[in-house]
Amino acid sequence: MNEMSKTQITDAKKRYAAGVLKYAQMGYWDGDYEPKDTDILALFRITPQEGVDPIEAAAAVAGESSTATWTVVWTDRLTACDQYRAKAYKVEPVPGTPGQYFCYVAYDLILFEEGSIANVTASIIGNVFSFKPLKAARLEDMRFPVAYLKTFSGPPTGIVVERERLDKFGRPLLGATTKPKLGLSGKNYGRVVYEGLKGGLDFMKDDENINSQPFMHWRDRFLYCMEAVNKATAVTGEVKGHYLNVTAGTMEEMYRRAEFAKELGSVIIMVDLIIGWTATQSISNWARQNDMILHMHRAGHGTYTRQKNHGISFRVIAKWLRMAGVDHLHCGTAVGKLEGDPMTVQGYYNVCREMHNPVDLPRGIFFEQDWANLKRVLPVASGGIHAGQMHQLIDLFGDDVVLQFGGGTIGHPMGIQAGATANRVALEAMVLARNEGIDIANEGLEVLRKAAKWCKPLEAALDTWGNITFNYTPTDTSDFVPTASVS
Amino acid sequence: MDGNAATTVDLRAEYESSGVREILDELDRELIGLAPVKERIRETAALLLVDRARRQLGLAHETPTLHMSFTGNPGTGKTTVALKMAGLLHRLGYVRKGHLVSVTRDDLVGQYIGHTAPKTKEVLKKAMGGVLFIDEAYYLYKPDNERDYGQEAIEILLQVMENNRDDLVVIMAGYADRMDRFFSANPGFRSRIAHHIEFPDYSDEELGRISGAMLDAQGYGFDEAGGAAMREYIRLRREQPHFANARSIRNALDRARLRQANRLFSAAGVVDAKSLSTITEADIRASRVFSGGLDIDGSRRKDVP
Amino acid sequence: MRITQGCFSFLPDLDDNQIRDQVEYILSRGWAVGIEYTDEPHPRNTYWEMWGHPMFDLKDAKGVMIELDDCRKEQGDAYIRINAFDSSRGWETVMMSFIVNRPAREPSFRTWRQEVDGRSMRYTHEMVP
Repeated sequence: MNEMSKTQITDAKKRYAAGVLKYAQMGYWDGDYEPKDTDILALFRITPQEGVDPIEAAAAVAGESSTATWTVVWTDRLTACDQYRAKAYKVEPVPGTPGQYFCYVAYDLILFEEGSIANVTASIIGNVFSFKPLKAARLEDMRFPVAYLKTFSGPPTGIVVERERLDKFGRPLLGATTKPKLGLSGKNYGRVVYEGLKGGLDFMKDDENINSQPFMHWRDRFLYCMEAVNKATAVTGEVKGHYLNVTAGTMEEMYRRAEFAKELGSVIIMVDLIIGWTATQSISNWARQNDMILHMHRAGHGTYTRQKNHGISFRVIAKWLRMAGVDHLHCGTAVGKLEGDPMTVQGYYNVCREMHNPVDLPRGIFFEQDWANLKRVLPVASGGIHAGQMHQLIDLFGDDVVLQFGGGTIGHPMGIQAGATANRVALEAMVLARNEGIDIANEGLEVLRKAAKWCKPLEAALDTWGNITFNYTPTDTSDFVPTASVS
Repeated sequence: MDGNAATTVDLRAEYESSGVREILDELDRELIGLAPVKERIRETAALLLVDRARRQLGLAHETPTLHMSFTGNPGTGKTTVALKMAGLLHRLGYVRKGHLVSVTRDDLVGQYIGHTAPKTKEVLKKAMGGVLFIDEAYYLYKPDNERDYGQEAIEILLQVMENNRDDLVVIMAGYADRMDRFFSANPGFRSRIAHHIEFPDYSDEELGRISGAMLDAQGYGFDEAGGAAMREYIRLRREQPHFANARSIRNALDRARLRQANRLFSAAGVVDAKSLSTITEADIRASRVFSGGLDIDGSRRKDVP
Repeated sequence: MRITQGCFSFLPDLDDNQIRDQVEYILSRGWAVGIEYTDEPHPRNTYWEMWGHPMFDLKDAKGVMIELDDCRKEQGDAYIRINAFDSSRGWETVMMSFIVNRPAREPSFRTWRQEVDGRSMRYTHEMVP
């Protein structure tokens, strides 16, 4: 592509003559543009088709995600169109990946409706991902200006208030998903919940696809689960909870289920990511009005977050969800059965938990982000983890995380209570040891073995799963550090 | 160690590895004069090293009494040396954290009944693991008022000095004569304080060097006549009331810098780096000390006898 | 019944050396330390009695241990917990809380159920000494 075709045509007569121009010529590329503090920034990873210039491809992304269409339209001249055009302002090759480019795009704040993730997503990912000149595109990261964040209420509860409400401090929280996830009757289901909570867990959890199927009506599940929660509270003297999944076919039905959860005194409800952005913001408002912790299960995200060349990075989803307002968010385990390399996963955790994210390329954070006091989201580590990994989990993620051991609790050879106790003892022993200055990353197994000497359930857990690892090469990895997996 | 106790201790190696040498070197380097004080601290360090070796070989078990008194006139370096002492005790493992908490009567003694004990305990809790430095400790004791709350603070202090020898070291500081009277009226302190260190007044020559070092630290210096004026200032100042050794020098230099700035500003000319950082004779000699008058530094210290 | 509030209730009761180590950890993070006690460990009893104000600016755990000893002398048959407070912006809350003293005989809780609106239920918990 010659220099002419990369430059905006400023002569209005030529610029607005009917026909087709390059996107760069239309003004969607400006290599000298300095993003304003109030701009929304997006970073795309693009794979242009053979022969498509990366700068033109970047301009096309900026164009298609803001004002452009494929041909010149004279109606542009009725608007301050120069300001409405998003501007691609930087394009650089992805390190070590020929054919892929990082392209940075800045959007003026006026392009977005306040307090609407639906509008953000319609703009940023509305069109460009099926755009023919690109083989593939992935939204890697976004930066939101403080001015825009202030139009969102964010998490209804946040880490600080959740801990105060639950009276649980200084350690990760513990949870488990009720298994089998489908088929149990309400009464049997509640039994699993009671055993897990009594044994030492803080939370039990509905799985993503337990809603109101023929084998268990949702009201039955709620009634039996809350019986279990209250009974477990009485026998331990601790606040306990069960994430009641209120996901349903319509918003009206979700509100109905949420209201019933509240009536029964539940401290927490749950929704799945597949309910969509608008429903998420609505249920978030409801949770804020009703002192309810809102647990978000990221069901379905793997369809668009996992492949590195196409889709949306989970860190962007996490940012949108912090703005939309959830309290818990599944962010991966790094050591368990589900996708995620450790540093990339730590990046998601930082997006959820920090009040300010500095640029951190090895963890996939491309933009500095001031969270403008939006509350902290509590990340959840769930999926194929067990007590024998406690030292790795605490070393990677610290205290502000929910560790969910589903199979690792319910599949315990001595029973569910014993499984829960094994996890809680492993957790407390590890936190105690870390605070005493023991290097748990390296000496954690010793700490576990020592505790297992007086705690039979932990001994049995280590005997059963001690050697289980999920050591596969992750697909969604950092472009800036050699890939390594834990365990 | 337990099954297989050491039979020898290399004192020289301990001296180096503990970091004691480093602290003593710092003391030598950073503090001008104070030869007898430095000597006493070296002796104390030796005593503690040997005591530590004795405990390593199982010859001694008790924590030795380490509480001290620092006596001398104001501005003779007591607080500075206390800081170094805290570092020394920390390196040798006699205090766990090695911080210095510096207090006077007002920090320990309350205004009404029931106020003093919590106040004193608050200070003691903060000093745990370090050194508690009580400046002008004799103000705790007011014999003319038998209901004085200071007595309560004294009793708590005595108890802690006895029972918490592993947890903190108390240094009491002040004028020598007043401290003597305080100790004879409160024999409990005398018996619990093992190390008495006297801080002599600085000589004129030492104060001259101190003035040079103070200016140097601020990026200033005397010209030749300025230096001579300073030496004369020191000689005269010592004879006048409220003389406070190094503290008087610091105050004099603060005022000299003010005069220098005024002089340069009034001249309204072009200045270079040298003139900006030189204290001249005029800046010193304008002091009232040269006209037999009293300089201001004493007037801020109402409680000086 | 062993009440499992606080972050180390599933471990054997901490001895004083272990407590001291945890307090040292708290101080190393720059947090203040508070001691609280109660004879009513109901999970919704948020405000235990304060044993004095939280201790700020301590350098060494000894200061806390002295207060804990005093608290135990006076409240030996109560629950005593140690709390850590972080004053940094964005937290400004309790960062750690663990029980350091329990009564010889711990109370238990009874669940009260009230059936309302058909099968719906209201729950509350009552402490049984």
